Amino acid sequence: MSDTPIIERHIISVLVDNEPGVLARVIGLFSGRGYNIESLTVAETDDRKGLSRISVVTSGTPMVIEQIKAQLARLVPIHSVRDLTENDVAIERELALVKIINRGDDRIESLRIADTFRARTLDSTLDSFVFEVTGNSSKVDAFVDLMRSLGDVEVARTGVSAISRGNRIDLEAK
Amino acid sequence: MATDGQTGSLRSAGDMKMPKSAPAAGDKRDDADSTAMMAGAELLLKTLEDEGVEVVFGYPGGAVLPIYDALFKNNKIRHILVRHEQAAVHAAEGYARSTGKTGVVLVTSGPGATNAVTGLTDALMDSVPVVCLTGQVPTHLIGNDAFQEADTTGITRACTKHNYLVKDVETLQTTVIEAFHVAASGRPGPVLIDLPKDVLMANVAYRMELDKAAAQARYMPQTDPDPAAISAAVDIMMRAERPVIYGGGGLINSGPRASELLTELVHVTGWPTTLTLMGLGALSADDSHFLGMLGMHGTYEANLAMHGCDTMLNLGARFDDRVTGLLTGFSPNSTKIHCDIDPSSVNKNVQVDLAVIGDATRILEALLAEMKSRKFKPHKPSLDKWWAQIEGWRKRDCLKFNQTGKIIKPQYAIKRLCEMTANHDVYITTEVGQHQMWAAQYFDFHLPNRWMTSGGLGTMGYGLPAALGVQVGHTGSTVIDIAGEASFMMNMQELSTLAQYNLPVKMFIINNEWMGMVRQWQELIHGGRYSESYSASLPDFVKLADTFNMKGLVAQQADDLDRVITEMLETPGPVIADIRVAKEENCFPMIPSGAAHNDMLLGPEDQAEKPVSEEGMVLV
Repeated sequence: MSDTPIIERHIISVLVDNEPGVLARVIGLFSGRGYNIESLTVAETDDRKGLSRISVVTSGTPMVIEQIKAQLARLVPIHSVRDLTENDVAIERELALVKIINRGDDRIESLRIADTFRARTLDSTLDSFVFEVTGNSSKVDAFVDLMRSLGDVEVARTGVSAISRGNRIDLEAK
Repeated sequence: MATDGQTGSLRSAGDMKMPKSAPAAGDKRDDADSTAMMAGAELLLKTLEDEGVEVVFGYPGGAVLPIYDALFKNNKIRHILVRHEQAAVHAAEGYARSTGKTGVVLVTSGPGATNAVTGLTDALMDSVPVVCLTGQVPTHLIGNDAFQEADTTGITRACTKHNYLVKDVETLQTTVIEAFHVAASGRPGPVLIDLPKDVLMANVAYRMELDKAAAQARYMPQTDPDPAAISAAVDIMMRAERPVIYGGGGLINSGPRASELLTELVHVTGWPTTLTLMGLGALSADDSHFLGMLGMHGTYEANLAMHGCDTMLNLGARFDDRVTGLLTGFSPNSTKIHCDIDPSSVNKNVQVDLAVIGDATRILEALLAEMKSRKFKPHKPSLDKWWAQIEGWRKRDCLKFNQTGKIIKPQYAIKRLCEMTANHDVYITTEVGQHQMWAAQYFDFHLPNRWMTSGGLGTMGYGLPAALGVQVGHTGSTVIDIAGEASFMMNMQELSTLAQYNLPVKMFIINNEWMGMVRQWQELIHGGRYSESYSASLPDFVKLADTFNMKGLVAQQADDLDRVITEMLETPGPVIADIRVAKEENCFPMIPSGAAHNDMLLGPEDQAEKPVSEEGMVLV
């Protein structure tokens, strides 16, 4: 390994049994072993089989990323682990709700920028908007940064959800 | 173990087969034969019986009273009452590691469970199959800060391989089956089942014809190695000029067959072989190919062979920091093959060139078969040259010591113990510290499962309860806890357990009146400031033995030693032997923290010359 190891951002998707404690196991693994979590989303995806999908955005050296995947894979309630960043085959999306409080020209500008980002207006008062914006994380970052320069801003983000392109099912139950 | 290829669909099929209440009208099977109604606690014991459990180490309390009541009426499962829950887990570990079976622990909720945490962590670090049953407050009280309530599954999530909270008695039987399967298969480890009291008291149907394979199907680690990896491994092995085999605890966990196959591999290749602390016994200590243990207190020849080799075959070891020393200086010029059952062990500390995932026995079988079909022959001239170099290192005789005068050298005490038990069917446990390293260095192991020590966690107080567990599993054998006086005092309440069951464990206390390893490090890297490492106010161990109606012996000087060992071995019951040894003796050879394998301290004369680096001081 070189002296300055490359830190890579990876989206790891995990199919788990939807049972109590499974999220704590995954989070505990990251905190206990000192891995990063940049975002994490979880929801049931197959209620018939009782499966949930966890999408984790993490960063680390290639050696650490390999470790994360291997450590996740050995948890009993985990069915499969997929690194969606490998080969750049994944589509990633994040949704953010952005509230902005402003008046006058700034208010008009924020509406114009929201339009450019194809954000939807969900709520409006005379001095505020709530926008819904969807995209990859950098698009959401850019939108939030622009809004911050135009008023007081509050943000709620979902974290990244991702899936691979093409006609293959990646994650399957054991 | 279940056959491979069980799928999720089988599992759900199995689930559907379970009769939830009355059998359906169309069911022709006579359900009276295959199901019987009983309390959850009774079902638990019945399922333990199905799993082949013969003995449980435990301590009762409010939440587990239904299980103890069921035990009272059960005549198949033996219960050993320990005096502290930590000891219950260590005893189960000793039992498991010496018998190859899964150890079982039964403790109550709250303090019972929290006391077990150290033992569970120890079992996790050393990959010991243990199933720990904990009581829990009734389900409707969970989360209410009830009396003796603790979030047991939360607390133990990080120190078990897996854990369960059983909230529905209908899932109890399958949970227990899966728990035993998870504990013992793949890389073994501790599994905990938290059992609320209402679940233990609820009525449930015991299902005799339960599909066991389906209950195990969720966890199926890879045990058969990939043939391509085996072939690639043999490619590397055929090119080896300065090879070394580095074997670890995975060889022991895989079962005695792995040790036989290792011995065969060593003799087919003629390769020098070193073993980790956890792997001792996998190759007989008197085999000429054995270089001794490696690592921080390993032999000069083992560590230099690791440093200088061009091919390293790692079998079931995990490149632990006690083994590697400074990572950047670890075996810098070798091609490394890592055989392990746990994919997460690969490339964790050391980047390897080839990983072979699987069970050690199956990997060794596949390797030997592949070598045979490829007509493997070791590269004789270079291997001879390599051995000549190793013999040169061996000549340094790094484990030599001088027993002169009356004061007993600790190394001499252990060497004599080894020599005098040569004809015994002997099992050794240890506590943690200098005596542990001396035991690893000076006691010769010829068979697997004979050596029980706390390697990964380094738990002082492990040895006495572990010895208790070993003795329960091997009634007729000689079981010796090689202890330090400080470690011994951490779990000496178990003397009472030994007395109750008349377990003839021999406690061989290397008494130097110091926490010796702490003192050694203070001497080496903290300027000899012996902060709080003196064992003050020690009991008179002979009198201590006497209060439990045991034999107590003391060896004050070298002349006493043989007599004390003889008397200890000839006494039918438990014995405490207080061996008063040289107080200032240090454990060598030693790789100081932050140093590489070729930077060893061979004795006290070395230690002044090589101050430990600042980086090294940070390391434990």
